[in-house]
Amino acid sequence: MKKEESKKLTVAELPVGGVVEAGTAVNFHTGSWRSRRPVWSKDKCISCLVCWVSCPDGSIRLVPDEKRINIVDGIDYDHCKGCGICEKECPTAIGAITMEEEKK
Amino acid sequence: MIKSMYSKGSLVAKTGNEIMAEALRQIEPDVVAAYPITPATEIVQIFSQFVADGVVKSEYVAVESEHSAMSATIAASAAGARAATSTSSQGLCLMWEMLYIASGLRLPIVMAEVNRAISAPININADHSDTMGARDTGWIQIYSEDSQEAYDNMIQATKIAEKAKLPTLVAMDGFITSHCMEVVEAYSDTDVKAFVGEYKPERYLLDVKNPYTLGSIDLQDYYFEHRYQLAQAMRDAKSIILDVAEEFKRTFWREYGFYEKYMLDDAEVAIVVIGSTAGNVKVVVKELREKGVKAGLLKIRVYRPFPKEQIAKDLAHVKAVAVIDRSDSCSGAFPPLYCDVVTSLYSAGILNPKILSYIYGIGGREFCGEQIIKVYETLGKVAFGLEKPSGEVEYINVRIK
Amino acid sequence: MSAGMIEIRWHGRGGQGAKTAALLFAEAVMATGMYIQAFPEYGPERMGAPVKSFNRVSEDPIVIHSGIKNPNYVVILDSSLMKSVPITDGIGKTGKVIANTSLSASEIAKELDIDINQIYVVNASRIALKTIGKDIPNTPMLGALVKVIGTLDIDDVLKNIKAKLTAKFRHEPGIVEGNLASIKMAFDEVRN
Repeated sequence: MKKEESKKLTVAELPVGGVVEAGTAVNFHTGSWRSRRPVWSKDKCISCLVCWVSCPDGSIRLVPDEKRINIVDGIDYDHCKGCGICEKECPTAIGAITMEEEKK
Repeated sequence: MIKSMYSKGSLVAKTGNEIMAEALRQIEPDVVAAYPITPATEIVQIFSQFVADGVVKSEYVAVESEHSAMSATIAASAAGARAATSTSSQGLCLMWEMLYIASGLRLPIVMAEVNRAISAPININADHSDTMGARDTGWIQIYSEDSQEAYDNMIQATKIAEKAKLPTLVAMDGFITSHCMEVVEAYSDTDVKAFVGEYKPERYLLDVKNPYTLGSIDLQDYYFEHRYQLAQAMRDAKSIILDVAEEFKRTFWREYGFYEKYMLDDAEVAIVVIGSTAGNVKVVVKELREKGVKAGLLKIRVYRPFPKEQIAKDLAHVKAVAVIDRSDSCSGAFPPLYCDVVTSLYSAGILNPKILSYIYGIGGREFCGEQIIKVYETLGKVAFGLEKPSGEVEYINVRIK
Repeated sequence: MSAGMIEIRWHGRGGQGAKTAALLFAEAVMATGMYIQAFPEYGPERMGAPVKSFNRVSEDPIVIHSGIKNPNYVVILDSSLMKSVPITDGIGKTGKVIANTSLSASEIAKELDIDINQIYVVNASRIALKTIGKDIPNTPMLGALVKVIGTLDIDDVLKNIKAKLTAKFRHEPGIVEGNLASIKMAFDEVRN
């Protein structure tokens, strides 16, 4: 990707007191930092949500099932940094998440 | 016979601390977090009694240190509350890193500060070392000559802080003002409340419908701009301070500016001073005037932001000026007020007045009568070329040899 | 000191109420239409240690904020201080000393080595014991001071102090009456 000078706010444009709007982290795609990627197996997963609780970046995607109970629906690769905590935390007997080399 | 200026005011006998607590009662901040310290203790002691008695609706947070007092005040202010605190000396020192955070986050906190010397050696009496050390923290600093001014300044500070979005400190001299009972004209609760108005922050953290982040990291790409904003806010605060003073005059009939000029307009020799000592100097100026000496006084009220243009203009005609500091910067050069006055004149291209530097009253040492006359005598000699300024800071009433 | 300003120095021991007396006196005098100042010796107070407090009274606004070096009146709450503290400092030939003592003015004059015309005496401790039931000489001495100054209206002073004490001791009316009686009695008994 070609490096572009992003437009930076001036003193006049900046909110005072270092105020930063909420929710801007969504726009920051940290997924590009990843060297290894978690791969999730829908067949093995029992939706215990241990990975969801453990993920430091909130990158385990959830969806409600027909009983409106949240179940795992995969990985948010836009924000997952590839730390591997989900693989480690997924119960050994289940092994629904495995880390693989990121293909670049 | 005592007269009141403001027809609706009432004359009361109060110490500086008592009247400061009264001002806080009338302003009724949403949150006051403070830790007691001599000689400011009574301010929050009396105020906490108001809270306990249900006289005010304020939340009083009894913290375990001044660092926590400032932290709690910052948090309350960021959450959207009108927040205030009070401290002195070591207490202000312990608040240090949080002072910068209050100003950096642009929180309109108000502080009642009682000037006291700094340890070591331990000393509880008045000098300006504490607030002078905090002069570059991005806080507006307003100094008071007596209890009346402390009261009036506190009422104005609330409004100034909220308009300028800058924390504001109102200082008075420890014991000399804080513990001296004097006649003060107090205004009615209704009038003070109407003057300060209701605090309506543009944004606040407890506004859950409009969430935002406060206090995030700010690196090479943005930090400089934010600090420029702060510095500019301090420059812009000058007109806000004058506007509030104008409104105060319209409401309560008392006149305030950046500083008070006492017989200065035609003065040939003048002293520049901060705080309660101004009263002692006024007595001497009056005596000297009766003898035909054209003596004058400039008493700083607003020290931060420093009114450089106005001071340069008002001192330009004076032949010899003594800037007397009640703190020593230990800089190897000159004390703070002197530096500010000299740079103000020099940068305005005004090079005529001879400006002498003195340090007095450290740790509460007296400075009055004869000693003040001696300063004016030296100024007289310098003004008319009979003596050359030493070019060094001179210390008044200290045993050097 | 400007002409017409009265300056007063109180000597007592920590706990005897020298500071309270100065504050109470100032408030009462303000009620008579004068500008006032009342301030303690700047420093920590310790029970039993010699302490000082000060008053200024003036027709004009008081701008000076320094210690008092040449008092017009010196009030001594505890006569044992005369041996250890320079009571007469700065009073010159015109300053007056008002002492709480059982001794006579001539005995005090000899003790302090000043002119007898500068001395006023009153047994404020005895008055306090009689009226308040405790040896708290500060309020009676206030009455003695008002008498010696001569220009202040004792009834105005009493009225103001009554209001002030009534607010402070609203649950103990006896204290108010005792204090007022002590002021009046010392006002009547103080002698040159």
